[in-house]
Amino acid sequence: MTTTDAPEAAPPPRGKRRIGDVAFAGLAQGSGLLILLILAGVAAFLIIQAWPSLSANTANFLTTREWAPNVREDPAFGVAALAFGTVLAAAIALLMALPVAIGIALFIVFYAPRRLASLLGYLVDLLAAIPSVVYGLWGIGFLAPQLVPVFDAMTRYLGWIPLFAGPASTSGRTILTASVALAVMVLPIITAMSRDVFQQTPQGHREAALAMGATRWEMIRLAVLPFGKSGVIGGAMLGLGRALGETMAVAMILSPSLVISWNLLQSGNQTIAAHIALQYPEATGYGVSALIAAGLVLFAITLVVNMGARYVVARGNKES
Amino acid sequence: MNTTTTQPPTPGPETGTERVDLRRGSLPRHFPGVLLASCAAVVAGILLLFGTFGFLLWGLLTAAAYVVISVTASARVEGSRKAKDRLVTSLVYGCFLLAMLPLVSVLWTVLVNGLARFDGYFLTVSMNGVLPSMDAGGAYHAIVGTLMITGMATLISVPIGVMAAVYLVEYAQGRMKRIIMFFVDVMTGIPSIVAGLFVVALWMMLFGPGRTNGAAGAISLTVLMIPVVVRSSEEMLRLVPQDLREASYALGVPKWRTITKVVLPTSAAGLTTGIMLAIARVIGETAPLILTAGTSAISINWNLFDGQMMNLPVFIYSQVRMGGAINYERAWAAALTLILVVMLLFFLARMLGRLFAPKVR
Repeated sequence: MTTTDAPEAAPPPRGKRRIGDVAFAGLAQGSGLLILLILAGVAAFLIIQAWPSLSANTANFLTTREWAPNVREDPAFGVAALAFGTVLAAAIALLMALPVAIGIALFIVFYAPRRLASLLGYLVDLLAAIPSVVYGLWGIGFLAPQLVPVFDAMTRYLGWIPLFAGPASTSGRTILTASVALAVMVLPIITAMSRDVFQQTPQGHREAALAMGATRWEMIRLAVLPFGKSGVIGGAMLGLGRALGETMAVAMILSPSLVISWNLLQSGNQTIAAHIALQYPEATGYGVSALIAAGLVLFAITLVVNMGARYVVARGNKES
Repeated sequence: MNTTTTQPPTPGPETGTERVDLRRGSLPRHFPGVLLASCAAVVAGILLLFGTFGFLLWGLLTAAAYVVISVTASARVEGSRKAKDRLVTSLVYGCFLLAMLPLVSVLWTVLVNGLARFDGYFLTVSMNGVLPSMDAGGAYHAIVGTLMITGMATLISVPIGVMAAVYLVEYAQGRMKRIIMFFVDVMTGIPSIVAGLFVVALWMMLFGPGRTNGAAGAISLTVLMIPVVVRSSEEMLRLVPQDLREASYALGVPKWRTITKVVLPTSAAGLTTGIMLAIARVIGETAPLILTAGTSAISINWNLFDGQMMNLPVFIYSQVRMGGAINYERAWAAALTLILVVMLLFFLARMLGRLFAPKVR
């Protein structure tokens, strides 16, 4: 992180406590605590509202694929297919985005002309400024049709790999297309984190490597990458968290079905977030409560991933 | 550290007392530029000859030819270490160009498709009384909704966010500080749809099921906006020099007056920048608003507390769901409007940040 070390809170001026001081400090502290309260509230309200459907559910919530909660009695639903689709889409997105993001970060820190570096970094940040619904629109209006011939070629030449078995979808609205859009969306997050740590590589390490006659790549491999490892991993996990929870791109691009399929080039699969957005307007009976239960699962997954990311980054900062 | 060491440059036979030609075994300085230009020209020529010219194909083939030729040439003249270095350099440049492709593509498609319907009529007319397939109607009601909802979210999140940042920088110490900072970071990662579900759950308990209105949307955006405001404000407050605070204390000014009269005004520009970036982030949020503000409002609604409220992101989404050609045109035009608003906020924030950045030595 680029923040300078915190100026420790100054000792309060001596003398009697003024009413203004007490009130202002209370207000500030109240705001801080409110944040913890909101986070706790999110978890609490989701659990409370998910409970009715979970206790009425006649199927196993974690292992069932079907989604039939929109009834007054005996709903049967589960998140198995949804959780699978969520993890699959996010994992593919991360797989595509991570190497590119590391490359971009290296480019901006070590390769780009000094004067242009901040401008180019800003261009990458612009990718994060584009709303997700616009990515979704771009995905169906431009990306999916463009990818159809690519998918055809992939099934023809790589069809023996089960992931790419044909026949490919004719609309291009598959989980792989959604993952490409997700990859673009998480790219700036991973890039920003990696850039931060690469910039902090001690000047001494880099110059030592160069002085030994290392080429630029050898300097990066020996000095920069080992130093920046924890930051890159943390950034990748933050990106994963974002990809897991991203709704609109998937909801708009993917033509869903509640199956567990490893096939990336046919329509099918669905993610939790997109499922909630698509089902919510039609939810009746136990429907809303069941969707909240699915949201709770998503919340738990992203919470674990994000806390893990922060832990990795914090530990890396301490070591260096 | 990695334990592998690089090979020392292999000493040539002429090392030692003899003269060493330092230029030996290196490609000329202008080699990459010249090679790239000639690759581009040759590939363009071949493609034109076969009549299959396309910019993407041209770029890909040029890049491939360049990488292959430069790496082989370098391997023969300069040795394998330099060749590897050149390969990585090409890859790193390639990564950046690859990332620019979607950016240019998104902006270009939105511009081209959006301009078809983007005019004064579109911006000033609502969808009231317009059937989805009619060649009429616009996004005025959605623009109103976006302004109202985002405005309310901003009014709630900014005081809470800035005060929490003040607490973290000026008051909190030790464990409490670490805990709050950690959870603010974690809160940044809450999926937006979960923020929407949270408000759905809250509203169900407070007002009963099925109540959607603008205020619900604003609250869900608040959950997403507060952590962003806290993080950026915190960084800005930390940039205020400690000397200023101490000078103020030395004059006998109480702490809360020091914060309101010295610390906050000093960092005002930075705070504004951070807040604008936070607005730019939540103004495009769609998922929570589908759940909380409704998807079917067609008329202008200025009342945050009564009935469904359309907004630009949900307008795009619901038009796409309708699926007709005219609906797509409306969606693209609305996307153009939204992108223009976001970009405007983004650029203004950067300009402000650059113009009024606190001078730190």
